[in-house]
Order: sequence, then structure tokens, then C-alpha cells
Amino acid sequence: MQISPILAALRYHKAGVVLIAMQIALTLAIVCNAMFIIHQRLVRMDKPSGVEESGLLVVKNEWAGKPATGQIASLMAADLDTLRKMPGVANVYATNTYPLSNGGFANGIGHSPDKRNYVSVTAVYFSDENTLSTLGLKLVEGRNFNADEINGLGDNDKIAPAVIIVTRELARRLYPDGSALGKTAYISNEPSIIIGIVDRLQIPWVDNSMARWADCSTLLPFRNLVTITHYLIRTQPEEIEDVATRVRATLYATQRLRVIRPKDGVKTFAQVRAAAYKSDRGMAILMGVISVILVATTAAGIVGLASFWVGQRRKQIGVRRALGATRQDILGYFLTENLLICMAGVVLGGLLAIGLNLWLMKQFEMERIAPGYVLAGVAMLLLLGQCAVFAPAWRASHVPPVEATRSV
Amino acid sequence: MLSYYFSLALHSLKRNRVLTALMVLAIALGIGASMTTLTVLHVLSGDPLPGRSGSLYYPQIDPRDMNDYGPNVEPPDQLAWTDGMYLLKAKRASRQALMTEGMVPLQPTESNVDPFQTSALYTTADFFPMFGVPFQFGQGWNANEDEGKARVAVISASLNDKLFGGGNSVGKELRLQETSFRIVGVLGDWHPNPHFYQLYMGSYASDEDVYVPLSTSRDLKMEHDGSTDCWGNTGGDQDNLERVNCTWLQFWVQLDKPADVEAYKSFLTHYSQDQHAMGRFERPPNVRLRNVMQWLDYQHVVPSDARLQTWLSVGFLVVCLVNTVGLMLSKFMRRSAELGVRRALGASQRALFGQLLMESGVIGLAGGTGGLLLAMLGLWLVRQQPAGYASLAHMDVSMLLATFTLAVLASLLAGVLPAWRACRITPALQLKAN
Repeated sequence: MQISPILAALRYHKAGVVLIAMQIALTLAIVCNAMFIIHQRLVRMDKPSGVEESGLLVVKNEWAGKPATGQIASLMAADLDTLRKMPGVANVYATNTYPLSNGGFANGIGHSPDKRNYVSVTAVYFSDENTLSTLGLKLVEGRNFNADEINGLGDNDKIAPAVIIVTRELARRLYPDGSALGKTAYISNEPSIIIGIVDRLQIPWVDNSMARWADCSTLLPFRNLVTITHYLIRTQPEEIEDVATRVRATLYATQRLRVIRPKDGVKTFAQVRAAAYKSDRGMAILMGVISVILVATTAAGIVGLASFWVGQRRKQIGVRRALGATRQDILGYFLTENLLICMAGVVLGGLLAIGLNLWLMKQFEMERIAPGYVLAGVAMLLLLGQCAVFAPAWRASHVPPVEATRSV
Repeated sequence: MLSYYFSLALHSLKRNRVLTALMVLAIALGIGASMTTLTVLHVLSGDPLPGRSGSLYYPQIDPRDMNDYGPNVEPPDQLAWTDGMYLLKAKRASRQALMTEGMVPLQPTESNVDPFQTSALYTTADFFPMFGVPFQFGQGWNANEDEGKARVAVISASLNDKLFGGGNSVGKELRLQETSFRIVGVLGDWHPNPHFYQLYMGSYASDEDVYVPLSTSRDLKMEHDGSTDCWGNTGGDQDNLERVNCTWLQFWVQLDKPADVEAYKSFLTHYSQDQHAMGRFERPPNVRLRNVMQWLDYQHVVPSDARLQTWLSVGFLVVCLVNTVGLMLSKFMRRSAELGVRRALGASQRALFGQLLMESGVIGLAGGTGGLLLAMLGLWLVRQQPAGYASLAHMDVSMLLATFTLAVLASLLAGVLPAWRACRITPALQLKAN
């Protein structure tokens, strides 16, 4: 296939060539970046929380009427007892917050009580001896809390745990050269001994700004005796729906002065996960839909212009056919022509894609696009161009040689 | 003449239905996508108090210690109790209100309704007149009731509907946290979006149901939610928020003239200097005075995902337009022979240009209508999302007009180059070729 006659012919269709190349370039720039954003969101959504999620239920309970700390302790103990006795419930504990809840608090943790010199930020999870088995956390070193280590913690009490359990990532940050087990760390003004290390436990927040310490969590042996409590309930996975429908009424039957919101007071962990990543999911879907429509629009544009060119050149095609060009020659001519235009488009588009990515990095704290995305986009658009032009080119190749003799 | 051009355009469009449909669809998709996201952005970045927001200011001062101090560091977003109370009592602005938010348990008087938590705003008397809050019944409380820690409350229209069936409940009792409050006012339609004066409980569609005096809330130790930012080692004890080194209050002032704004700013600087000299503020004076829109901008209230989506769909519209230019070019150029005949019969270049542009205008109108339907569908989809702002995504008249204007302008723009090329052909050449 000779390129120079094609290039010579293209000079007579400058506007069309520029339009198709531009469209290819813009499509490439947008689709590459959209795919990259989708990928980033999917990676975020796939991050394991460390929790055995199926069969886990969350109940948010608020005591009405401001009971005193001592009262809350007995109310909570009664609730835990009631919940544990429910059919289908394997285990339960009460806490201030849980992974993906988007609430709770974080503290600095380090080697001295001075808050200005902490090693890492850590999410604070109040726990008891049932936490590990309820959440299904994997203990890799050390031991669980004992029942006698769990203390009540009122609203105004100082947090000063004697023992703590940390995640493997936090342990590594605190003691990079060797095991953190049995060593001390300061999460408060008093030293705490690390008695156990769990494999993984995500922090409550999924926000990008906290991604740097997303696996740094600490379990503290406290029951938080405040108005709002979350009960985490481990059920047999097949009975989770059944427990979820009964749990609210069961708790209200023991004590009415409480608030468990009918709308979202009882949630399965699957719902918690969906709520935590709802905006990421929405964004990924939107990007996907727009990319598909964009690619379809570009393909339609190529078909439209190529059909026009074929129609315009029927006579020339007829002449070429009469002079001995085969159908393959004509087909090849249009495919090559499209390939040349698309190549110009993707070169420009590749540059645009990188430029767009740089701009997005500045505006939206995005990461640098992996070159694979641009290359995959280039390959996809070249293929798209060839597919789109095939039907018009096929029609062109079937123009009979006799067309050369017709005047219209 | 226009109606003749119009019928010519329709005639020509009918001749090649697939191509016409393709162009209309491309415009409709581009317009639909960009109008959906632009409407969301328009709703999210709107002015919460049109006409008033320009004279409402949010003073910030920096009472912290030297830890993490650096040049150009922004003062904290909130005020500590000491500073808030001083600025409130100084009354240097024409109106001022100090506020914070929390959840309070509400016990309905009917025993068949379970108690529930409701969001409350603890504020001071000027809140209502300063923000122009509309009342259905009664009114706000006054400064004396602030002083006297009065057990009075203003409730929202929706809470009034829920508890009192929408009737006049002024003077009735409201039990909050086991304490009896007297209702003094019921709000009318009050849903400022963004929820500019208090951003910690959600920036959109997060109206509070109960308003009580700040002094009363402290007296009863009502729960304070939202952010409490502390420095030093005093801790953030909920019951002693008046004495700790924490910022947890929002303060708004009304300043009507530019001169007042300057005066207030220097007042803040002098106060900071005095406090610095006394040793309470370790940092040199560092003050800001932003109005509502500047404050919303500074707080990045509009979600970055919404902005990203808008840029994405504008890019999409551009591709759709380039596509339409290409399709129109092929459509117009294909008619060279016809145009050549008409030129030879005496049609001027201007007339042909006008006719071709009319054709792209018709495509724009059709595309705009399609785009409007798609945007309606898009907004409906947005409203199904669980995000806090989702329920606000409605199209208003200005966005509706903008949709059509954008569609017609875009398609005219797309038609200019093809029409210009098509009407520049030499008639003789075309006639000879045929």
C-alpha cells in the first residue's frame, strides 16, 4: 500500500481530516483519564477492611433521657446479654465506632506522652474480649483482651489503657526493627503495653486525605459508657436477615427509653460498605457511561464522514477499478487512510491525555496516570477507527468499474 | 423569509434521516450530560441568602500556641468560648450571633411516640433577624432571654408538623433532654443551601429542627456535636468547654458598609494584639473576615466530585460538537451540486449561508429538546442517589433557558464552518462536473 497518494488525496479534505483527528484526540484524552479514575475508585472500593463482613450486623443505639454513666453500664450489660441470647446470634460487643462507619475519633500514638511527637495517627476502637471473634479479626501475634481487663469509660474519664491491640501496619510503624509485642506505646499520657497484633483492621474513614494511615487502628479495652453506642453482632450468615428484622423489637422490649432509628438504626455490614463507597461507585458508573457514549459518538462520526468521502469519490473509485485496482486495493486504501488520520489523532490525544491528567492532579489531587492507560486507549481508538471505517470502505470496494463511465 | 428557510431546512433534514438523527442525538447527549452536571453544580454553588449574603461576615482569629506555626497559616475555622463571648458582647457590628450545634433527645408528650434525637442549633438572639429567618408563628427570643438562660425554643416547620400537626404551637411545651421548654416561634420555609452558617453537620439539606439559646444549652450541658479543635494540654472536656483551649463556636456578623468591614477587621486585629500582649494568644495577630460566598469557597463546600463531573461532561459536549461539525460538513458538502444550481439561478452566498445555518439551528432546537429530556432523566437519576445534596437537584427556569440557548448556540457554532465551506463553491464548476 502506497502512502503518498493517500496523503495527497487527504490534502483536499483538510477540514474533515482535522475534525476526525480532533475528535479522536479529545476522545482519547477523556476516555484514558476516565478509565484511570474508574480504576482508582475500584481499587479504593476493593480495599479489604480486615473484617469478616458477611453475617455482621450493626445496631446504633441512643439512650434517651441522659442516663448517668453507672446506669448506662448496667443498661449496656443487659443489652449485650439480651442480644447474645437471641437465636442466630453467635457473638456481640459494644463499641464507639467500626470500620467504614465514617465516624469516631483518631489519636496520635508514639513513644512519649508528648502529643507533638507522635509516630502515627491511629483510629481508636473501644473493644472487649469478644471483639476479635465478632469482627472475625486475625490475631497474628500475642493474645486477646481478658474479660477482667475491660473497663467502663464515662464521658469525662481520661483514656489511659494499660494494654492495647494494634494492627500489623501500626506495629511496623512503631517498631520497624522487630516485634512490637510486649513493648509500650503512648496513645494517652500513660504508657500502654501492646499485647496483641491483628493482621488488618481498616480505620472508620475512607476519605482520600486519610489514606496514608488507613490501616493504623488500635483496639482499646473499654466500654464507652456514653449515650450513643454501636452494637456489632456476629450472626450465622444465613440468618442475618432474620436477626436484622427482630433485633430492634427485641431491644425495645427490654427498655423503651432509647432511640434506634427505623430507617438506618439496624444495618448489615454490606449496607455499611455500600454507604461508605456510594460516591465512588456513582462516580465510576458515571465515568463508565460517559466513556461508552463518547466512544460510540466518535465511531458514528467516523462512519458519517467516511461514508461522505466514499460517496464523493465514487467516480474516482470506478476509474481506479477500471484501471485494474482490485477490491482489496480499494478496501485497503480507505482502511489505511483512516489509520493515518487516527494515528495523527492519537499522537495529539496522547499528549492531551497527559496534559489533562496533569491538570486533574493539580485540581483534584489525582495520581499520575499509568502509561498503560494511554497505550491501551491508543490501541482501542485505532481499532475503533478501523472497525468504524470498515462498512463504508466495504461499500467503496464494491463500486463497479462501470461507475467511471457514468456522469452522475 | 425565515419560515421559508425553516421549511427548506426541514425538507433537507428529512432527506437523510439517519444522518439527521445522528446529529440530533449527538447534540442531545452532549447537552443532556452537561446540563445535568451543570445544574447540580449550579444548585451546590448557589447563594444561600441572595441579597443578604454580601453583608454577612465570618470573623476568624488565631488564639493557638506556637506549635505548627508558620507564615501564611490560616486561623482556626471556629472560635473559643472566651473570644466568642467577647466579640458577641462587644457589639461592634450591626448584628452578631454566636452558635454551635448538637443532637438533643426529644420526648414527645404523647406516650405512643418513642423519644427521638433531633438536631438543634444553640445560638443567640440576633440569629433570626440577621439571617432574615421567616416565621410562621411567633418570633425568636430576645437578648434578655439569652442573658437569663431562658428555657425557650424555636422549632422548624417540619417538627411543628410532626408534633403539633402544623398548628400554632407558640406557648406550648417542648421536652428536650428531660427539661421543659416553651415554644416561642415556629419557622416558615427556611432551608438555606448550602447550610452556610454551620457546615459541620453536612453542607446541604441539613436543617436543624430546634433552636435554643446558647446560654441555656451550656446551662443544661446539652451535647455539643461537630468539630472541637484543641491545642495545648487542657483536653476537650464536653462539660467544661467554656474553660478549655478549644475552638468550637461559629460567629457571624452583619456589616452593611465597606467602611464597617474595615473597621471590624481592625477591631479584630486590636483584640488579637491585646490578647497577644496579655500572653493569652501566643501567635501574632492573624485575622480573616470573609463574607458568605468567600467562606463557602474557602471551605470547599462544593464537592470536588461534582466539579470533576462537570468538567467531564463539558469535555463530552465538546467532542459531541466536533462530531456534529464533521457530520454537518459531510451533509452540506454532499449537496454541492444542488447549491451550485441555486447559486447559478441567482441565490446569493448570504442567502445560502443563512439557509444552511437555519438547518443547523433546527438541529440545535431538536437536540436541545432531546437534551432537556435527557437532563431531566439525569437529574432524576441524581435524586435517586443517597448523597445529601441529591434531593436538591432540580432544574429551574434559568437552567432551562440556558439549556436551549446552549444547544442552539452550540449547533449554530457547529454549522458555521460547514455552511461557509458549502456556500463558497463556484457554481460553474459544479454545473460543469454534472
